Amino acid sequence: MSTNETLFDASEITISMGPQHPSTHGVLQVKLKLDGERVDDAECVIGYLHRGVEKLGENQTWGQWVPTLDRMDYIAAVSNCLGYCETVEKLMGVTAPPRAQYIRTIMTELNRISSHLLWLGTHALDIGAMTVFLYAFREREEILKIFENYCGARLTTHMFRIGGTQYELYEGFQDEVKTFIKGFPQKVEEYETLLTENRIWIGRTRGVGVISAKDAIAIGLTGPSLRGSGVAWDLRKAKPYAAYSDFEFDIPVGEHGDTYDRYMVRMEEMRQSCRIVGQAIDKIPDGPLMAKITKIIKPPVGDIYHSIEAPKGELGYYLVSDGATQAYRARVRPPSFVNLQALRQMVIGSMVADVVAVIGTLDIVLGEIDR
Amino acid sequence: MNLDPIINYILIPLVKIGILFGILSLVIAYLTLLERKVIAFMQVRLGPMRVGYHGLLQPIADGVKLMLKEDIVPARADRLVFMLAPIITLIPAFIVFSVIPFGASSTIPIPAFTVPGLGWTYSGSMTGLFITDLNIGVLYVLSISSIGILGIILGGWASNSKYPLLGALRSAAQMVSYEVALGFSIMGVLMIAGSLSLVEIVNAQKNAGAWYVFLQPLGFILFFICGVAETNRAPFDLPEAETELVAGFHTEYSGFRFSLFFLAEYAAMIVVASMAVTLFWGGWLRPFPNVAFLSFLDYVPSPLWFALKVAVFLYFYLWFRASWPRYRYDQLMKVGWQWLMPLAIANVIVTAGVMLLLRG
Repeated sequence: MSTNETLFDASEITISMGPQHPSTHGVLQVKLKLDGERVDDAECVIGYLHRGVEKLGENQTWGQWVPTLDRMDYIAAVSNCLGYCETVEKLMGVTAPPRAQYIRTIMTELNRISSHLLWLGTHALDIGAMTVFLYAFREREEILKIFENYCGARLTTHMFRIGGTQYELYEGFQDEVKTFIKGFPQKVEEYETLLTENRIWIGRTRGVGVISAKDAIAIGLTGPSLRGSGVAWDLRKAKPYAAYSDFEFDIPVGEHGDTYDRYMVRMEEMRQSCRIVGQAIDKIPDGPLMAKITKIIKPPVGDIYHSIEAPKGELGYYLVSDGATQAYRARVRPPSFVNLQALRQMVIGSMVADVVAVIGTLDIVLGEIDR
Repeated sequence: MNLDPIINYILIPLVKIGILFGILSLVIAYLTLLERKVIAFMQVRLGPMRVGYHGLLQPIADGVKLMLKEDIVPARADRLVFMLAPIITLIPAFIVFSVIPFGASSTIPIPAFTVPGLGWTYSGSMTGLFITDLNIGVLYVLSISSIGILGIILGGWASNSKYPLLGALRSAAQMVSYEVALGFSIMGVLMIAGSLSLVEIVNAQKNAGAWYVFLQPLGFILFFICGVAETNRAPFDLPEAETELVAGFHTEYSGFRFSLFFLAEYAAMIVVASMAVTLFWGGWLRPFPNVAFLSFLDYVPSPLWFALKVAVFLYFYLWFRASWPRYRYDQLMKVGWQWLMPLAIANVIVTAGVMLLLRG
């Protein structure tokens, strides 16, 4: 400590928000320097949920790592799975058959809705609107039921395999999905009646956690957090993967880059996801589920980076293969980890209550940050 | 010996206090169940279902559980203040009820009697459904209920912990902001009624033939908003904002002391609801108290009218909690000082002007 710094400043207190705190969305610790209620500085401490996922990837075979990845962003497990399977397929030079591509797209979009619903519920709960949480979970349950019927698991689904998908669609799948997407837009309206024009909600989110498009790009924000600042960057459109190039959908963008705009972006994204699923569900092509790949996966020597648009932003995998049955180096670029870097800039100068709003609006998952 | 003073001034009040305390404790306990059930139904779930039929015994189970829990005092806490704080909060919340009239005055006749062998006589009296009718009842309620927040501040301070301290600071600021507007908002009623006694105010509403909410609509709205803020309930529940300050001022409290804070909070809710009913909604009076054509409503006992109206307000409390997000600290201050205060003062001035015009 330099001599200029005072040991103890009476006007400032340091509180440790987390790792056990109701609204840090997991085991995030934020060390806040407070002047009364105003935040002077914030420092994120991560690593409480580190499980060595990447190292595991270098010790498990290519196929074995997939279920481990479901435990990264556990509320968008399908996206994790899709991103990795596509990366390995790209490395091997195979593509999944069209039927598998469509199933993947539908499942990933449903998962995006369920992830956004969980975000909506917890974000609103953090700001004090508790009813939205239970409404959101009511619809999320419908999606999880579809997942359960399809692959037996609700959360950590392990839905796809390298080269395609394992399971055939069950009977009645299309009807269930159609019923869901038919009713869902009205449910979004219902959430919006509770929040969008609520004076308190607007007061708590307008002008809170503002980040300009320039700063957002500099930090590397992706996903709805970036689009809230007005940058129409979506990998589903920019670098289409799976079957996304077959469908029409819009990229909602915000204007001010504040919490309210990010809220509106995500609400619209749920509707757009519904639209994609609606287009895909009737056009699922017939054909095989798996591409022709060897039983023991040994990609050729080389390295590859591939990324997809996960619900939280760009989820990228960098894999190095030395021709063995497991990766030589496996690296994940999780969206939450990068997005969290914006927290400090967004909260300095705001109030304590805004910190939880900003943590909520960044939509972080600690399983993905710590890996 | 004449028993009049002993019975009138000691025995009857003691019996009333005992009955009131019992009823109040039960009402508070079941208010927690009502809150859980009402909010649950608003949120498409069932609420407590396990203890008793549809969870009817849940408050008792909760009470027993809280009594049996360990009473933890943090190592560096100020022990004495820490232990006193919940009691400081609870007692005012209860003693406020001593001036609130639950029913018409002079309703219970107590017969005269003599004890033959001893020559003790009692000349009989009529007593009302309130513990006492204080001529400064409104001032008493305001002053006593503001002591309750002292316990919250002390509790937050004595915990020697940062989250409770922040909660206590918020609570202090909130108290200062909303107490003033609360005081101003009922000024109009006092001016029209010309009395500070709660019984007199209700009687004045009967004589006027209208509940004061129709004469003072703005005053009522301001009073209720400030009342919700005073009791630290949603959307003004900043002192205990669970998603920001973990649990606010009672973060370090456990077991029975924790439950005392909760009892106090619910008692304060009932106080505000009772005050709103007494000052603005005609207290124990039936709807349209002077319309003879509706006199069949008098068959409903007056305390029931009172309870019914209080229940409506308590329902509003729960409704607010299920519907609205929480204000931020600075917004709370802004609402208090920039909206409620000027409106309340304007209400007083307009009321005074109109009264001057009408009465010459």
